[in-house]
Amino acid sequence: MITRFVCNGQPVEVETPPMTRLLDVLREELRLTGSKEGCGEGECGACTVRIDGVPVMSCLVPVAQVAGCNVQTIEGLAGALVHPVQAAMLEHGGAQCGICTPGLCMSAAALLEENPHPSVEQVRVALAGNLCRCTGYQKVIEAVSHALVDTGE
Amino acid sequence: MLRCEAPVYRPRTLTDAIYARADMPDATVIAGGTDVMVYLESGSLKPTRFLDLWDCSGLRWQQFITGGQFCGAGLTCTDAIRSPQTHPLVREACSTVGAVQIQNRATIGGNICNSSPAGDTLPVWLALDAEFELASMRGRRRVPAASFWKGYKQIDLRPDELLVGVLLPQTTGETHFRKVGTRMAQSISKVIFAGRYRRGVEARLAFGAVGPTPMRCREAEAALVAGRPVDEVVALVEAEITPIDDVRSTADYRRKVAGNIVRRWLASL
Repeated sequence: MITRFVCNGQPVEVETPPMTRLLDVLREELRLTGSKEGCGEGECGACTVRIDGVPVMSCLVPVAQVAGCNVQTIEGLAGALVHPVQAAMLEHGGAQCGICTPGLCMSAAALLEENPHPSVEQVRVALAGNLCRCTGYQKVIEAVSHALVDTGE
Repeated sequence: MLRCEAPVYRPRTLTDAIYARADMPDATVIAGGTDVMVYLESGSLKPTRFLDLWDCSGLRWQQFITGGQFCGAGLTCTDAIRSPQTHPLVREACSTVGAVQIQNRATIGGNICNSSPAGDTLPVWLALDAEFELASMRGRRRVPAASFWKGYKQIDLRPDELLVGVLLPQTTGETHFRKVGTRMAQSISKVIFAGRYRRGVEARLAFGAVGPTPMRCREAEAALVAGRPVDEVVALVEAEITPIDDVRSTADYRRKVAGNIVRRWLASL
């Protein structure tokens, strides 16, 4: 089946069975390997992408469901400069091994777009679906909390 | 990556969906995919074809109606959390489902029909005396939540029917929701509780993950309404539930926690 959607601002067309996981379409068909497969069952958040702005686990979305949608992956997060979330992760040591980082950035970007001044608790809730085995989360939360300051009005 | 070649039918209207269901009773129904995609990838689901309700209009809304409220089966947990119309118990249960990414796709209809004994919203429907509205080419019928889950993963839904939504009657009383799991997010419940209590009038003590289906503790409810001592109510709860030892917890722990949840809630009132 041919599925057409917009990926990182570019119209794309893929020919796969309709139940193919969006994650596999991104990585195998479109060669966008920034989204990682951690668990493959919606637990870890390493495959987090945004569909029409909304963060989702791309391992749980059949590609048929993104027909006509706007999909954004980590590759599409930065504009001319790195996204403020990415800059903050660099500055505050929010990344270690890096497997969870793309997913964390996508969840954090979605949060900050909707709520530029989240409380620490709101940051924790927004990132609760992204598991990290290195950082202990503290530096990630500091980074996301500072990203709002860096971009702040 | 598991390759699945099964075709998918994606109706855009409820009418189309109901016709399609009549034509393909063998199809696996999918909405947000947060359960179905896991079963598919693990190989436990052997699908012939899929009926995908994600883009089916007419399922994703809620509104107040005479004597209560209707919640469309296609409402996502995020929809329910954000809508000011949502009953507080429903909002609280939806907030405990997975985490943000899951809440953005998981639907209340999916939670109800997946019928996991540990489904986070399920005790809430029991506590609120919900009725489920089922539709087929033969018409519509309503089934009380209390009789919908018939056994482990067995529901009162015929092969040609779809769950359209949930009717919540107007109810009174204090309510309480509690999920006990390994961690706050992304964990499946060890014990889940939803309660409603109006002193001397009525009580609902509903649990999940303590038996093959979500369940009410009817004897404990009756004792509570009759004004029996809390110890007696708790003892009845512990006797009525039928928890098991499994990967997530033990029967003993679940029984103790179930009793404690009720005891602590009643003490707080």
